[in-house]
Amino acid sequence: MPASKEIRSKIRSVENTRKITKAMEMVAASKMRKAQERMRAARPYSRKVLNIAGHLAQANPDYVHPLMQKHEQIKKVGLIVVTTDKGLCGAMNTNTLRAVTQKLRQLEAEGVPSQVVAVGSKGYGFLSRVGATVVAQVTQLGDVPHLERLIGPVKTLLDAYQNDEIDAVYVFYTKFVNTMVQEPVMEQLVPLSPDKIKPERGTHTWDYIYEPDAQAVIDDLLIRYLEALIYQAVAENMASEQSARRMAMKAASDNAGNVINELRLLYNKNRQAAITKEISEIVSGAAAV
Amino acid sequence: MASENTIHVSVVSAEEEIFDGDAEFVALPGETGELGIYPLHTPLITRIKPGAVRIRVAGKDEEELVFVAGGLLEVQPDEVTVLAETAIRGRDLDAAKAQEARRQAQEALNNRSGKIDYAKAQSELAEAIAQLQAISKLRQKRA
Repeated sequence: MPASKEIRSKIRSVENTRKITKAMEMVAASKMRKAQERMRAARPYSRKVLNIAGHLAQANPDYVHPLMQKHEQIKKVGLIVVTTDKGLCGAMNTNTLRAVTQKLRQLEAEGVPSQVVAVGSKGYGFLSRVGATVVAQVTQLGDVPHLERLIGPVKTLLDAYQNDEIDAVYVFYTKFVNTMVQEPVMEQLVPLSPDKIKPERGTHTWDYIYEPDAQAVIDDLLIRYLEALIYQAVAENMASEQSARRMAMKAASDNAGNVINELRLLYNKNRQAAITKEISEIVSGAAAV
Repeated sequence: MASENTIHVSVVSAEEEIFDGDAEFVALPGETGELGIYPLHTPLITRIKPGAVRIRVAGKDEEELVFVAGGLLEVQPDEVTVLAETAIRGRDLDAAKAQEARRQAQEALNNRSGKIDYAKAQSELAEAIAQLQAISKLRQKRA
């Protein structure tokens, strides 16, 4: 049986750990609210862009942007993998990366090489460790995602698509369902399906006045739309991260509580055993005299 | 919905909704010149330059000022939508960003082979999952 002193120091150490996990839980809970707000704030933009793009597509049915053009044969694909920068958030990154690995494996079985853009250092670390072709990466995004940081990496894949170097782009991230549930998802980014681009309004024909010209405006819009989608994915991933961390830290704090209770029980048993032993020693000593 | 002499204005960026409300008049820096928009304007779509969007909010004396770093403007007879940029953009600037991202990745890529080590990936993931499962089992047992 371990000495009382050892148990006491063990209890103290677990208590300290619990303090930290408790603090992390509370920090994550407050960040989660903000992250959720940011995620919601990003929604009107993509809805508006989509609506306008829909009008334009209707007004110019013949024009097909390179990003909407379906490539006949899938010879090479791009993947955008959104993960967190920091750990201690449960199985979230692992689940996303598992989906990515599965996809990469399936692609390799089909003989299709892939390029990866990593957002977040967890995914970047993993993908470069296992030897995936990481063509661009962005890490250390902080608590507030900025679209500006994402433009470069995303453009590498979109440019490659327009130059016929890759034939499809998928994005992987963790979808925020609610504060308890987050699930890894894979979505196809390009080719953009024309079904997605539909206007909300009626179908009577009318057209805009364009300045400078229709094509330039449509091109601009589609790029904005894709960037908004990526931004949305990153914002959603961040909301998921904070929720997942809150849950993980809550579990850790609860576990620490359980461990402390067990150790206390052990400590008290130990103490009582020692006292009993002492008494019986004294009694038997007295009896002997 | 906007009435006959007001127009619904929304200024949104990818990161947030900046302004949303009814207005009597909106002035913006269009790519080809300053634009003033009253209700029942004909449908128009144009790029806008970095600058201030002035919105005369319905029923208010003061004008609302919103600064945008460029973007796109869509006008419908009863609706004005400004898709604002979150940063100053330009073709060269975007290309430079892409170049930089590629360069960083290339640097990291240079010192290893291009082959994906699935065994390693699998084992790494399996390990993480096993750990998490073990933790949750432990938890269940305790509870």
